[in-house]
Amino acid sequence: MSLALLVAIGVLFAVGSFLLMERSLTRIALGVGILANGVNLLIVVAGSAPGDAPIIGREGIPTDPLPQALVLTAIVIGFALMAFVLGLAWRTWTITDDDEVEDDLEDRLIVRREERDARVGDERHPEDVS
Amino acid sequence: MTALLAVPVLTPLVAAAVMLIARPLRAQRTMSFIALATATGAALATFVRSWVDGDITVLRAGGWIGPIAITLVADRLAAVMVLVGLVVMTIVLAYAIGQRTADEHSPFYHPVYMVMAAGVAQAFMAGDLFNLFVAFEILLIASYVLLTLEGTNEQVRSGTTYVVLNILESLVLLLAVGLVFAATGTVNMAELPARLAELPDGVRAGLNLLLLVAFGIKAAVFPLFFWLPDAYPTAPSSVSAVFAGLLTKVGVYCIIRTQTLLFPGEFRDLIIVVGVLTMVIGVIGAISHNDIKRLLSFHIVSQIGYMVFGLGVGGSAAIAATIFFLIHQIPVKTALFLVEGIVERDSGSSSLDAVSGLARRSPLLAVMFLVPAFSLAGLPPFSGFLGKFAIVQAGFSSKEYVGVGVALVVSLFTLLSMTKIWANAFWGEPPAGAAERGGLLIRNKLMTMSTAIIVVIGVGVAVVAGPLYGYALQAADQLLDVAGYINAVRSS
Repeated sequence: MSLALLVAIGVLFAVGSFLLMERSLTRIALGVGILANGVNLLIVVAGSAPGDAPIIGREGIPTDPLPQALVLTAIVIGFALMAFVLGLAWRTWTITDDDEVEDDLEDRLIVRREERDARVGDERHPEDVS
Repeated sequence: MTALLAVPVLTPLVAAAVMLIARPLRAQRTMSFIALATATGAALATFVRSWVDGDITVLRAGGWIGPIAITLVADRLAAVMVLVGLVVMTIVLAYAIGQRTADEHSPFYHPVYMVMAAGVAQAFMAGDLFNLFVAFEILLIASYVLLTLEGTNEQVRSGTTYVVLNILESLVLLLAVGLVFAATGTVNMAELPARLAELPDGVRAGLNLLLLVAFGIKAAVFPLFFWLPDAYPTAPSSVSAVFAGLLTKVGVYCIIRTQTLLFPGEFRDLIIVVGVLTMVIGVIGAISHNDIKRLLSFHIVSQIGYMVFGLGVGGSAAIAATIFFLIHQIPVKTALFLVEGIVERDSGSSSLDAVSGLARRSPLLAVMFLVPAFSLAGLPPFSGFLGKFAIVQAGFSSKEYVGVGVALVVSLFTLLSMTKIWANAFWGEPPAGAAERGGLLIRNKLMTMSTAIIVVIGVGVAVVAGPLYGYALQAADQLLDVAGYINAVRSS
């Protein structure tokens, strides 16, 4: 197990998690791709010790093919997920000229209520406004 | 006989592939029903078999031997869940056709719906963790498409939350599967119990928590539920009915499966606390809302709490109660969303401020709402009462008095929020101009009929409660008998 790969996994997880928390959908899509690759790399590295290609007739200890089969499936699924998020980003962009994720309904209601309360407070206590 | 297990997964997938080429709507509708009917028939055969002789049916896909094969496993719990799931999906499909929305007329609606049916069936029968992950992906990607098919601004916005959260869930699940494989060298659920038991406690707890978080997001339990009441209300009622009735239950099912088979008896206190908090937070959210769909969405969360609590209590009786409650929730929850869909179709809104006087215009619709609503609140003689009674009884005998007390109070609040819908939407005078719109139900015959069937099924759960609870007890015993599961898979 090489240290470089472990560091790479850590970096991929960090970058992917950071991008997932962004508001722009394009960045979220990139985050999904990077995080998915981090997980894939982790399965390959942690799954089994490296060895020869598992082909009949070869000498030596073959590597376990199962993690590679798992990762192959996971790569395809990750690709589909990223494509879907990109599709969502495109759709958002055609609707709003922007690919930012808006606040949800509840958040907007709360913000509106706070603004209204602040206004009422100003009228009642004009001396508080600095 | 074991090949029957593949039918509920394969038929919808094949139908979906054909439908991508065969675009005419009529052909797609026919094929959808044929595929779902075939799948349901196979599920029924498996269910009858597990009812009669109680064996665990195992299918090794491709005929591989040993733990490397991809296995489909149907024990009693899986058999009943696949059957109920497919029946509900068939009825909701009829409703969706009756709803005449733009969604259903899209050439992609039916193929995607089929893919989701296959994913649900596979998730219930998956015999290894990676297969379970794949099944989750199948049903999730289908659900992303169904949720955002109309492509309106509101759908895309709340769809984004749903998609991103569930992608995160998928990645956590994949990570958990990868780490389980790294720690034990297998993902086969029959091989895992023995190997997980050999692991150091800390490693096992970490793996368990990762799986709990992944399934917890899907099941919408307490700290991880916030995406659900935001996303479900924006979809058309037929879609949110399937989501509400089935998808969250798949998450609960997976929690039950992993907690009984792979990590028996671990983190029980945590699960109980999470369950109780989920009940309370869900019902508080439900009371505070003024839109029928959002209100019902919060109830999904609240009712999930009961199941998680029942699982946490543990033991044969509590798990049987949880299974019974799980089965009863699927038709009840779906029925409420379908009734809401009829209301929304008539008045163009699901806000309680915009709807009133429905009982005067259509007493039958009022009955179709009242029966599942009472059942949800847990009033006798409906199925909800029996499910909650069993959970409360199991809680009492395990001395979980706090949880039981909270469960009873939450039931009262559930009733309160149901009377809120009733008083606002069904009582009172119909708004001016409503009478000219004519009868609600006559103009939506297909929607009415499918809703009525679901309501009748919900009542039927209470009618056959005795045998069904007996079945749930046997299913619970089978879940707790880990050695039996391992033997059945190994000797197949």
